[in-house]
Amino acid sequence: MLPLVLDQVCFAVGSKTIIDRVSVEIAEGPRTIILGPNGAGKSVLMRLCHGLFAPTSGSIIWKGATNGRRRQAMVFQRPVMLRRSALANIMYGLELAGISPRERVLRARDVLEAVGLENVADRPARVLSGGEQQRLALARAWALGPEVLFLDEPTANLDPGAAREVESLIGQIRASGTKIVMTTHNLGQAKRLGDEILFLSHGRLVERTPVDSFFIKPASAEADAFIRGELPWN
Amino acid sequence: MQEIFTAFGEAGRLIAGAEPRLVGIVLLSLRVSLTAVFFASLIGLPLGAAIAIGRFPGRQALIVALNALMGLPPVVVGLLVYLMLSRAGPLGHFGILFTPAAMVVAQTILIVPIIAALSRQVIEDAWQEYREQLRSLGATAFSAARTLLWDTRFSLVIIVLAGFGRAAAEVGAVMIVGGNIEGVTRVMTTAIALETSMGDLPLALGLGIILITLVLILNAGAYWIKEAAQRRYG
Repeated sequence: MLPLVLDQVCFAVGSKTIIDRVSVEIAEGPRTIILGPNGAGKSVLMRLCHGLFAPTSGSIIWKGATNGRRRQAMVFQRPVMLRRSALANIMYGLELAGISPRERVLRARDVLEAVGLENVADRPARVLSGGEQQRLALARAWALGPEVLFLDEPTANLDPGAAREVESLIGQIRASGTKIVMTTHNLGQAKRLGDEILFLSHGRLVERTPVDSFFIKPASAEADAFIRGELPWN
Repeated sequence: MQEIFTAFGEAGRLIAGAEPRLVGIVLLSLRVSLTAVFFASLIGLPLGAAIAIGRFPGRQALIVALNALMGLPPVVVGLLVYLMLSRAGPLGHFGILFTPAAMVVAQTILIVPIIAALSRQVIEDAWQEYREQLRSLGATAFSAARTLLWDTRFSLVIIVLAGFGRAAAEVGAVMIVGGNIEGVTRVMTTAIALETSMGDLPLALGLGIILITLVLILNAGAYWIKEAAQRRYG
């Protein structure tokens, strides 16, 4: 279903413009990181791509979409777990996707094992630790076999150990052939997990640069200032 | 003062001896109010969920109306149901006036607004938390409502019990549509009112003690279930 093509996308709430004329094509392959300061509109842009918000103007088109099935998933900064077991949380997503009951159990067990949560399969999801919940959220999304996975600051609420586990899991998901699109404000993470950077500032897409050159020499003054500001020795 | 002690003693003997007249009244009360709660939940819970999740014109007016109807005076409900069910009324041909069925109808009408309004609040709060996640997983409004009803089940139990408490404790509606006929439509509250006015204080007091004890036990049980469940499921 990729590429995803955004053409002159604007999103406004009342008179406040949050996303301002963004045009970009998100293609198969590279891991895309949406970077930018707080309030730049990263999360909103991602929700527009995922389809949770409708653009005020402009268009968002999945060029390669062959049928109506949404082969995309999203994981949020704060995982929302249903009041049921970890396994049942994954099966819930599969049920909504129209997977047969037999298949659901098999897939859910598989994916739980893949994320290393098979030992808590029958525990209520809401009493798991923050890190486990986020891995479970990733598993729930991964089980759907998405072509594209949107991740909105997936490690922002986690301690460093749990964040590392989530990062390695994202690597696994990517290795299984899923395109990763992720927002972060963590430069180290952007470097580790990204191939290309979409830099957002005040709702505008300021630049799009491969990760390596972005951190050495960003193309825009805004990105340059952001990187300097974020570096600990400044 | 002496009289009160005598009455308490007599009441104790009536309860301990499971006096048939007393038992009959208690059982009828339970039958009527539990049936009413059952039907009111069947109507009120889905209604609450629909209003919580749905967006339609007149929604706010409906919420205000439901909230106001929580304070519906039982005698007025009794009067309206009486008019509907009386021989000349639109539903007169059913011939259920002065039967327990009429009492169930009146109590159901009385507590539907309570269950609908309170569950609407609980489910709407949960919806705030779940909305993006459920929509991301592709839930329709209908399946979201089902999910939320299940996920807020522990809070809903308390609401249903509040409805039961209201039904079991009201006098006005059942007095008018039931007629307080001995052995047929005499329930705890109407019996207490009658026996008090006739001076049979021990029976009135005995019924009062049972009524309060029942409500207390039910609420203690519900509280305990909710606490235990929330500890277990988070």
